[in-house]
Amino acid sequence: MIKRSTFKSGYLPYLLILPQILVTLTFFYWPALQGLSQSFFLSDPFGRSSKFVWFYNYIELFTDPLYLKSIVTTITFSIAVATVSITLGLFIATMANRALRATALVRTLLIWPYAVAPAISGILWLFLLHPSYGIVALTINNWFGTEWNPVLYGKDAMIMITMASSWKQISYNFVFFMAGLQAIPRSLIEAAAIDGASPFKRFWAITFPLLTPTFFFLSVMNIIYSFFETFGVIHTVTQGGPGGSTNILVYKVYQDGFVGLNLGSSAAQSVVLMSLIILITFLQFRYVEKKVQYTG
Amino acid sequence: MIEKTPILDIFTYIFLMVGILIVGFPIIYSLIAATLPLEDVSKVPMPLIPGDQFMVNMKEAWTRGNLGNQIFNSFIMATGITVGKITVSMIGAFSIVYFDYRLRVVAFASVFCTLMLPVEVRILPTYEMAANLLGPLQGLWDVLHLNGLVSWFAGHDIEVSLNWSLLDSYTGLTLPLIASATCTFLFRQFFLTVPEELCEAAKMDGASPMTFFRKILFPLSKTNIAALIVIEFVYGYNQYLWPLLITTNPDMTTAVIGLQDLIPQADDLPEWNVALGAAMMVMLPPVLVVLSMQRWFVKGLIEKEK
Repeated sequence: MIKRSTFKSGYLPYLLILPQILVTLTFFYWPALQGLSQSFFLSDPFGRSSKFVWFYNYIELFTDPLYLKSIVTTITFSIAVATVSITLGLFIATMANRALRATALVRTLLIWPYAVAPAISGILWLFLLHPSYGIVALTINNWFGTEWNPVLYGKDAMIMITMASSWKQISYNFVFFMAGLQAIPRSLIEAAAIDGASPFKRFWAITFPLLTPTFFFLSVMNIIYSFFETFGVIHTVTQGGPGGSTNILVYKVYQDGFVGLNLGSSAAQSVVLMSLIILITFLQFRYVEKKVQYTG
Repeated sequence: MIEKTPILDIFTYIFLMVGILIVGFPIIYSLIAATLPLEDVSKVPMPLIPGDQFMVNMKEAWTRGNLGNQIFNSFIMATGITVGKITVSMIGAFSIVYFDYRLRVVAFASVFCTLMLPVEVRILPTYEMAANLLGPLQGLWDVLHLNGLVSWFAGHDIEVSLNWSLLDSYTGLTLPLIASATCTFLFRQFFLTVPEELCEAAKMDGASPMTFFRKILFPLSKTNIAALIVIEFVYGYNQYLWPLLITTNPDMTTAVIGLQDLIPQADDLPEWNVALGAAMMVMLPPVLVVLSMQRWFVKGLIEKEK
């Protein structure tokens, strides 16, 4: 799309778009190509020699039980984060929308965790869930009678990073659900109320269906968030442990590439992640944005 | 509310309070921990009455974590990313929307393709790129065997190696994160809604493209810019993976990464009061930005993603 009336100038438009193109080329396209080509080579850790090995790195990757485990871990983790943070975000937003008084104050009290870095959220929850000092850990021990120890048990570590990652995301989801709720025409709700629908009925029959676009959009955004941005949480809280039980795909790229210096494998993993992200983006544009539209 | 539902209303407020408490609890608890002396913070369970050691802990955290320097670095990085991103994408969108030139579609498509590619998926090659910005040229140089050519010219062996590293520099912290298809896309969408008549009138009055940009388009975009400033500042300040890779010098580390060193490990003294005090100080700037510019923040968040 372009404006009907445009300016005519020989070099100016090129000059204006140049910075963007330069940065995109140097930090997107060139690295992406570089990564793609590296993934077909096997190189020694010092980068002295490399050998073209076709799909060896990919075959290695998908037959490596650790990588397959990491895929399962990532999927479990992202579904958990999306479910917890979307449910709580929707619940709080519905309550806030019902409350007539002090909406501005409520919003202020709920949105600031968005500004907290994932790594800092990790530190806060590390303290709350610390096996010897954490108050939430103590509560879990007392209530469930189990021995809570995220340093030893993979399941506990997974719960810990899920809590740390979802907490911050609640306010993000809250903002979107709040906007979605306020966009629903008041007349629809009133008409249903006149027809005798109870508040719960109105929520399930009107509000919830009208929120589906927001819902799908947030699912995609939360999954992307838990795939990539939670790196800070993992790095401060568990570092992939114990025994690789919280080693999500992004963290594995970092560990294999920068700690293990297995360049070929790390590049192949990057390519897998890139394809995944492109696929998600494509699906979002192709289906989610088009199909789930109820409002005009 | 439409009908009177007193019981449901009470529950609404109760649930709302519980929700706010759940969201606020980690911070309240950490704030209390930051006011306690070491012997109280390592008690099980920790007392929930604030102590009087707040300033002591904060001072200790400030000096031990070298927070002054690190928060300064974070500030530079966040500001650099914010200003850079907004400038680059705004003039880029201006070029795409208001000019008709041959490579316009190509330019737009090439930027648009990077829409969802976060830095996390291409860390290693991007790192290599930043380690030597002239790497691609070096490759070209080697392929063309220019070394031999130069030696032949000079009459003796000359090894030419092109090297321009961004590691441990503010440029390295900001520049690779500046490219943003989302911002360009947002400005493009906004520019398309600006009435055609404004441009026509400006042209009629003999305004040059840059005058039109400065006097009309820029003032019209002010709310959008304010919204993006909040979002991008928070994004830049909270970056983790990229600064972790690109800085090795402790003086160049950003605050969010530096915090890692203050977390008590298994055999350290459990000085959580200091660690949490530091965490509070580090998270303060972006939280203040979000709270003070709340209106623009909500607008920015929703418009950027939609």
